This record gives sequence, structure tokens and C-alpha cells, in this order.
Amino acid sequence: MNGINRFAVVLLAGLCCHSVGAQSLDPATILSPHPSTWPTYSGDYSGRRFSTLNQISQSNVKALSLAWASHVTTGSHSAPSGGYGPAGGGAPVIVGGVGTTEVNAQANIRSTLIQVDGVIYATFPDNAWAIDARDGHELWHYVWKTRGGTHIGNRGVGMWHDRVYMVTPDDYLLCLNAKTGKEIWHREISDFNLQYFSTMAPIVIGDHILIGTGNDLDEPGYLQSLNPETGEMEWRFYTVPMKAGDPGLETWASLDAASHGGGNVWVPGSYDPETHLYIFGSANPSAAYTSQLRGPGDNLYTCSMIAVNVDTGKMAWYYQTSPHDTHDFDSSQTPILVDGPFQGKQRKMAMSMARNGYFFVVDRTTGEHLLTSKISDTVNWASGLNKNGQPVRDPAKDYDIGGALVSPNNQGTTNWPPPSFDPETGLFYVQTADSISMYYLATLDPRGAMGLGGKDELNLGTLGTYLTAIDYQTGKISWQHRYPGVASYGLQNGVLSTAGKLVFAGDAGGNLVAYDPATGKILWHTKIGVSNAPETYMLDGHQYILVAGGDTIYAFTVNN
Amino acid sequence: MKVPIVSMCFLFSGFMCVVASGVGTAASQAPVAPQEPPRVFMGNTAFPDRPKAPQEVLDHGKAVYGVSCSFCHGSDAGGGEGGPNLLRSEVVLDDQNGERIAPIVHGARASQGMPPIDITDVQITDVAAWLHSIHVTSRSLQPVTPINIVTGNAKEGEATFHTMCSSCHSITGDLKGFAGMYKDPRSMQQAWLMPGGQGGRGPGAGAAGAPELHVKPATVTVTIANGQKIEGELNRIDDFYISLRDKDGNSRSFLRDGDSPKVEIHDPLVPHKELLRKYTDKEIHDITAYLVTTK
Repeated sequence: MNGINRFAVVLLAGLCCHSVGAQSLDPATILSPHPSTWPTYSGDYSGRRFSTLNQISQSNVKALSLAWASHVTTGSHSAPSGGYGPAGGGAPVIVGGVGTTEVNAQANIRSTLIQVDGVIYATFPDNAWAIDARDGHELWHYVWKTRGGTHIGNRGVGMWHDRVYMVTPDDYLLCLNAKTGKEIWHREISDFNLQYFSTMAPIVIGDHILIGTGNDLDEPGYLQSLNPETGEMEWRFYTVPMKAGDPGLETWASLDAASHGGGNVWVPGSYDPETHLYIFGSANPSAAYTSQLRGPGDNLYTCSMIAVNVDTGKMAWYYQTSPHDTHDFDSSQTPILVDGPFQGKQRKMAMSMARNGYFFVVDRTTGEHLLTSKISDTVNWASGLNKNGQPVRDPAKDYDIGGALVSPNNQGTTNWPPPSFDPETGLFYVQTADSISMYYLATLDPRGAMGLGGKDELNLGTLGTYLTAIDYQTGKISWQHRYPGVASYGLQNGVLSTAGKLVFAGDAGGNLVAYDPATGKILWHTKIGVSNAPETYMLDGHQYILVAGGDTIYAFTVNN
Repeated sequence: MKVPIVSMCFLFSGFMCVVASGVGTAASQAPVAPQEPPRVFMGNTAFPDRPKAPQEVLDHGKAVYGVSCSFCHGSDAGGGEGGPNLLRSEVVLDDQNGERIAPIVHGARASQGMPPIDITDVQITDVAAWLHSIHVTSRSLQPVTPINIVTGNAKEGEATFHTMCSSCHSITGDLKGFAGMYKDPRSMQQAWLMPGGQGGRGPGAGAAGAPELHVKPATVTVTIANGQKIEGELNRIDDFYISLRDKDGNSRSFLRDGDSPKVEIHDPLVPHKELLRKYTDKEIHDITAYLVTTK
């Protein structure tokens, strides 16, 4: 194994030195990504965020050090400052947009950083930057003038040949020239009047761009496929019934409730080339808390893992992880696709650590349930599991006039930041919290409220925040590292595992930390205020760890 | 759907400064252009309200709505016995001046149960203007009315208090006057569940104007290599660093490497945290009801 990897590294050193000028990505190569790239949201389609690279390993990680840091500034008046080394100087700022206003917040990069041909693409709402992966200097900066909307985040670009794609909070998909940052076209992907807003990193599969949209009112969720050349819609898959006769309608009180039932799609999913299925998570039903007008049913297909055919948008299977959710516990988390043994049998699986506190394993070809495990012992919103492994909601824990003590809090045991799976340890790594809130009913209107209204949540803090390693075959926690102290930490920003026998993740203190994947032992750290999930790739024969800390992007390598 | 609060705070904080100062941007901002562009606010209020129609139009529209529509769609347009919620309706949200609404009022959806209503297009335009004047948000259908959260049994709460709380607290001792400090029982309930608050969302715990409780801070004892112990209030800790404030007010900090130096945290709120795993909601409600009687 080690010998093979060494061979691969030597091979890479010969192959990887593309000139910056290429800046193109054949979508077919994402099926088995070159280790010199991080070409899609999760690094590959499996969602594992596991890299086969092992140049940085347990034996040399102590020598991991800064290669460069690059600071980005939002807005059309920004001046690229380049790295903290030589000045970047003069990178063009391209301004587009249909609105008149600009984001003027300091950038806080929580997106995936796509890296292809030595160029990194970073985003923040209404802003995209191309950055030279060799020294961090800015190549171009695109600014979108917005008409408003919920500016809550942007999760990165997708790439198809020499184009990059990003969504905007006011519901456009932008197609940019990867070399210049110049806009090729923009296309409206959701109805802004209905208060949709868009954050998701577009996922490119062959000649399809898959995108979902967010909404906190009661509008229906959907995933759609667009043509990468023109932006024209190819299909749209609604996660809730939209007309009489649609499957799942029987789980809603009425068509009006179903078609205003939420289930938005705002986190990238994974892709199984064998079945040609895109597998993703849907968000909470709406109204989120006061559910009486939704009826007593399961409210399909909200809070579910859903598999759709990439060419047709037709659903192949679903598994609902929170039937009739009443806590805004989106099941949006990126599923991880794994081939491996499961309780004595070889299986093709999809795994998800859900916001509701439960870990799920299903068969990814059929959706058959394989395992459910409660990962946080404070979780109390469900009274148990049904025969299909689904948590059974305890209505007494919805909310109460006198207050209901509920765990987890609205942020969840985990949230959208990505987990990782290491095939060598067989462990699923995810950052979790034992969080608790009081949920108070805030309206006596028998109709309940719309969207996220109707309850007040008053936080009681967390009893612990962790990096958690789960054995997927048993659902048991293999090891757990508790972030020290007494404070109530928020959830952290996601995980990377590598064949160098390393797990990288930001901690509650703002450190980027390398852990032993088998034990959780700390092996290296640096304090940079991590704000996204770390990534890795090879460039010029050197393995890099790439991570953002607020408005700065950091590249680490082992300096010789 | 909602993302972790940490990220939202980060986004919001940038905007807060903009709002507060009216001019400034992040410190890193490049030279400011002579004419500042208008600001975008990163929040849920960023969906623009429409320009308001003249008051007489709104009054007329509201009156027509009341007479011809409210019976089915509710007096606040939020839905009623027969008719759907119009505030979240795609037709209404996408409508500009009644053009999307009018055909339906005239009978286009009769087969789906919406009867034709005998009003004129001018009246429909005014109704539309009134509907569009309603601020629609994802948070609430209408203003939140105060709800009395004291639902427990005070008598049983007294017994529960003696079982769960009295080993540390006494109504006539440290809790004398505690309940009286709060106008809102919900804030009081949050305060006794987790004194000092842990950061609430919305009114209640930690809200401005809430009484300040004198909660003992967490302290820490750091034992360095030569056996010397340094003690003080815990300031900050992670796996690699700890800082404290000693009794003379000095800030002291140490790098951490595994168990070196030895760190012992003393958290006075441990019993409160452990009880969060144990309380039933009834016990919480009963204790609150009892504490209200001690005002």
C-alpha cells in the first residue's frame, strides 16, 4: 500500500505541473478526481472528504507549516492585497448584478474552496475570488450587485470545463469564465418574491448542474438540473407534493399544506455513478414548529435522504430521518457513500449524521434501512425508534406554554458542516454538541405560524461539544474528543481525513488540529480561527492543507 | 432551515457596525468611494417591502377585503375556515397590482373551490394594495401576544424544590428576592435553570434589562512543573492554551500540552448542568410556579 502511494506521488510530481493557464475541468474526471485537484464540494462525489494523499503523515505532520496566507476583501471597491508576501496587485474586479446594493461585511469564508489547475475559487455571498494556489495572490474578484434577500452564506462554486458557477442570495445562478472572472450569463433559478434565497454550491455531474434553494417562509423545496451551456432548466424535483395525485400527499392534511410544506434543498449531496443516483438531504417541513395545519402525518419528503436519477430527476428511493419534524431539524447534511462490510455482509451504503442527533446507515441502491444510532445522550425529542429505525417524535417535546426542555437546540447535534469518512479506520468523523434549549409556544393562534415562527427558543447552552468518531457498523462512538472548558461552544466547521493517517478539523478554540484517526490523539495544531472544512491536494509535488479562517485563506505544507 | 448561529453572528456583526456608524465598513475596506452604495442587510428582513399605496387606497382595500374575502381567508389574510393563507400564496407574492389575483376572484379557480366574488377590478387592485402592505416574514403570522408561562403546580413545586434545589439554595437565604426581580416569569425560569444565561435567542435569558445575577464564575487551578499552583477565574481554554485572572487581577496564561500543566476547572454551575439531564418539564413548571409565589 505504502509503496503504491509512493509511486503515485512520484507520478504526480511529473504530471501535476500544469500551467495556470489551463484552468479547465473535464466533468468526467470528477468521477475519479486527480489528487492535484479539489474539483467539487466534497473533493469527490462520495462525500467522504477522504484523501488518498499521504505525503503529509503522522511522521512529519509536526513540521507542517504555512506556505502562504491570502486575505480577501468584499465589494467592488476592494483592492486585492495578495498574500502576506509579495503584493498581488492589479487583479481585476468584475462587477455584475441586477440590483443596486452590495454586501459590505468583512468576508467570512465558510465555503468549499475549489482547486483546479493551480487556481483556487473562493466565495462569500455575492463575491467570488480566483486565487493562485502557488502563492495566494488574487487573479480576479467578481462582485454581484444584489436586490437583497437572506444573505446567510455561500458554500462555493461548481466547475464545468472553463466555467465556474455560483448562486446568489437573490436567486441567480452565475456562470463565470474561470480564467477571467467575466460573466458569461446569469439566470434566475427561484422566485425571489416567494422569499427563496440561494446558498448551495452547485454540483456538476456530467453535463448537469444540480442546485437547490433555501426558503424560510412556507414555500416548497426543490432540486433542479440546469444545462451548463445555457442555464436552461432540464428538470425540477419537488421534495413535497405539488398537485393532486403526487406521491406522499396522503402524509399531509391538504394539498395547500403540502405545497407550502418546505423541505428545501440547501446542502450539496453525493453521487453514485453506478446507479446514476444523486443522494441528498431535504430540510425541515414548514411551518417548522406549529405543525397543526400539516396534519398528523409524516410530511413526505421533508427531512429525508432522497435519491434521484441525475438525467430524469425521478426519485428512486427515500428514507425519512425525521418523520413530521417539529424542531427545524433539517436532514440536509451531506450523505457519505461507502462500499464496505456491514455486519458480515458487503454493502453499498449511504450514511448521514442528522441534525436531530441520530446517525443513519441505509442501503444506497434501495434506501433499505440498516442502522440508527443516537449519538448525543442528551437528545430527548423522540421517545424511541419505530420498526423502520426512524425516531418517533414525542409531541410533549414540541414546545409548551410552560416551556419544553429539548435537546438538541435548534442548531442541532450537528448541522450542515461536512463530516468525513476514513475507509482505513472505518470511522465516520463529525463534530457534535449536546445542546439544550427551552422551547416556548409563542402564538395561541389555532392556525399556528408561518415559516420559523410560533415558538421562542431560549438556549440553555451545551453540556459538551466534540469531535466524534462513529463506528458505522455498530453506531457506537469509537472515540470522542471533548473541547475543554465550560463555555457553550457553537458547532464547528467540518472535517477532512487522509491516508496519511490524519484527521484535520477546526476546534472550538479556533485551532486547526490534526488528530490520529484511530484514537483522536492530537498530533499538530495552529491557531488561525478556522471557518470552513479543511481540504488537501498535491501541487508541484507538495501536498497542501487548505483552510479558511474568516477573510483569510491559509495553505500549509511540509517545508523541506 | 437555519445555519449555525456562530456564522450568522459573524455575518450580522459586520452589518451591525455599518448600521451603528452609518458610514464605516470593515477595517480592511479599501478607500471609500465618494458616494457610498446603499447597504444590504444580511438578515431575514432583506426581502424588500413594497412601496406603500396611499392610505385611502389601503383603507378601501382593507374594507373590501373585510366584506368580501375575510370570511374564508381570515381577517388577517392568514387563512381561515375555508380559504388558504394568502400571505404565503404564490399568486399574492408574485402579484403586482391585482393582475394575478383578479382572474381567480372572477372564477378561474371555481373548480378548485374558490367561488367567483362579485367585486370590480378597481376594488381588486385596492385589495391587492392592502395585501401587499402587510409585512410578511417567516417568523410570525402576527404580533406575538404575551403568554403566561406559569402553568405548574406551586405546591408540588415546593416539594420538588426541596428535593432538587435546597441542598444549595434557600428561598429565605440566597434566593430572597430572586423571583421579585423578574417581571416576566419566563425570564425567571430561564434564570433559575441556567443562572447567568448561556446566550438566548429572542427575549428572555440574557435580554437587555434582565436583572443581573451574581453567579460565581468558573475558576481554575493550574499546577505548573515545579508544583506551584496558580488559581483564578477561568478566562479561556482550549487544548493548547489556558488563561485566567488571578486574585490581584493579573491575566495569566499557559500553553497546554496534554496533561501538562495540570488544569483543574471548578464550575459552580455543574449541578445546574447535570439537572438539565434530569428534570421533567412538569418539575420545571412546578418549580417556577412555586418561585412565583415567593415574590
